[in-house]
Amino acid sequence: MAWFRKDKKPLKAQDRRDLPSDVFDKCPGCSEILYRERLAQNLNVCPACDHHLKIAAEAYLSILADSGTFEEIDAHLRAADPLGFEDLKAYPDRIAAAEAKGKTEAAISGTGKLDGIDIVLTVMDFAYIGGSMGSVVGEKIARAGRVALEREIPFLIVSASGGARMQEGMLSLMQMAKTSTVLARLHEASIPFISILTNPTTGGVTASHSMLGDVNIAEPDALIGFAGPRVIEETIKQELPQGFQRSQFLLEHGMVDCIVDRRELKKTVALVLRHQFAGWTE
Amino acid sequence: MEFERDIIEVQTQIDKLLDLADRKGIDVTAEVKSLTAKLNELKAQTYKNLRPIEQVQVARHPKRPYTLDYIERVFTDWIELHGDRAFRDDEAIVGGWARLRGTSVMVIGHQKGRNMKDNLRRNFGMAHPEGYRKSLRLMKQAEKFGRPVITLLDTPGAYPGIGAEERGQAEAIARNLREMASLRTPLISLVIGEGGSGGALALGVTDRILMLEHSVYSVISPEGCAAILWRSAEHREKAATALRLTSKDLMELEICDEVIDEPLGGAHTDWDTTAERVGDALERHLHELSALSPEALLEGRWAKYAAIGVWYEV
Repeated sequence: MAWFRKDKKPLKAQDRRDLPSDVFDKCPGCSEILYRERLAQNLNVCPACDHHLKIAAEAYLSILADSGTFEEIDAHLRAADPLGFEDLKAYPDRIAAAEAKGKTEAAISGTGKLDGIDIVLTVMDFAYIGGSMGSVVGEKIARAGRVALEREIPFLIVSASGGARMQEGMLSLMQMAKTSTVLARLHEASIPFISILTNPTTGGVTASHSMLGDVNIAEPDALIGFAGPRVIEETIKQELPQGFQRSQFLLEHGMVDCIVDRRELKKTVALVLRHQFAGWTE
Repeated sequence: MEFERDIIEVQTQIDKLLDLADRKGIDVTAEVKSLTAKLNELKAQTYKNLRPIEQVQVARHPKRPYTLDYIERVFTDWIELHGDRAFRDDEAIVGGWARLRGTSVMVIGHQKGRNMKDNLRRNFGMAHPEGYRKSLRLMKQAEKFGRPVITLLDTPGAYPGIGAEERGQAEAIARNLREMASLRTPLISLVIGEGGSGGALALGVTDRILMLEHSVYSVISPEGCAAILWRSAEHREKAATALRLTSKDLMELEICDEVIDEPLGGAHTDWDTTAERVGDALERHLHELSALSPEALLEGRWAKYAAIGVWYEV
């Protein structure tokens, strides 16, 4: 028997060394502790392993639009509750909870310049009810698309969404038709549409505007698919292969044109748009 | 079906009486007459007051007519066309040329199987990307020859599987939505059973959206919705009610253009009458759309989808 015994204190939750969440972030890719300010300067891409951490939807406005050029449009549209939908929580309560975070809907639209090229831009916001597409998101995309059509300037959508918004039922499903119809008109008018897919983009959003880019650009390691991985697993009763429905998988299967680092996004889009649209020669 | 129990009981009584009359030569006309009246009253009451989840059950009724049953009854000169010219023929969707009361049309629809063996072929009417790509190929063929397209919607949804994702389920559906939006020929869709989400909409961006009385059309199945929002599929009844997925709901939401009444007791009790009514409705809508120029058709279609949605402005 040992001549001394040390009392082993079981680990308690509060003993875990919690990082002050407003100063540091831990990289989910390589577990590196990252100083948040430094991370933000790097557009929430881990400097150690290039893992793309979540970034606020609003950040894409400054990532893509030239400084001071973005002007929001259609900010006055708000979700209604046309079905009187109530699950464990009433839909108006979900809306109120999302609005309490300072959001007005799951998409922001506006006009601006990208490397000097006039563009219309819609960014979907996962922080608002999972970026789901209901009437307002569909309408914002449709209106932005019509601005692109009228002004004959390129249209960009940055997607992040769980799909159609269940709380608006069939009105949500029909938004897929609405956004695709506007893109059909842009297509016929030979106006560029660039789709940027970020983590995650699934369901009815992938199955409408997000897959319809003349060029589809994915951020690294984003989950992109039609059915969610859990639904597929339950259907086929098998574990899914490593990397399934991630950006690299989509590239290999021919569903996206390229995977682009967030820090290179603007440059890449500008390069494409100049080939498609902005002028024959430099 | 639970709600059919009383109906079946009365029907059995009538059958027994008739059988008795047959064997013993007894006159049962009066009894049968009163029972038949009772039966019809019961059917009318039951089917007028179906709860949403019961509507879903009728829409999925295994004896309900499927696409090929309509093709046999409503159309003539049918020739099925197979394959997407890229990967394989997806038998969860059938399509081909047919004649609707004299007019050549392209008919495309989801096809469920009637038994397990059929369903292995048809994948329970759940298409893979190649099914949607076959549909698009046939729609383009119809456009090429200036013929209208009629689609019959009846699917639990697009198939969620590894192969489907690898071959671009999302892209196949998305492309159909976009291409249908600018197809220069009349398009009519009719929900005959289950209008299951994106897998149904992939054949559904049309100038007219028609629904059979007891069909349903939904953004997600009640089971799927319950599993996500109520965290258990057992709450499907609540989900079915909340989703507003019946033909009546879709008229109120101004998505559906016309509801075709089913015979008393549902389409599954009388295929021929149902088919007759479907034929009448399709003929009428086709006649109206055929009067329009391709430009007017497109303008109308764009306006139709631009108008769907409810929001408010601040």
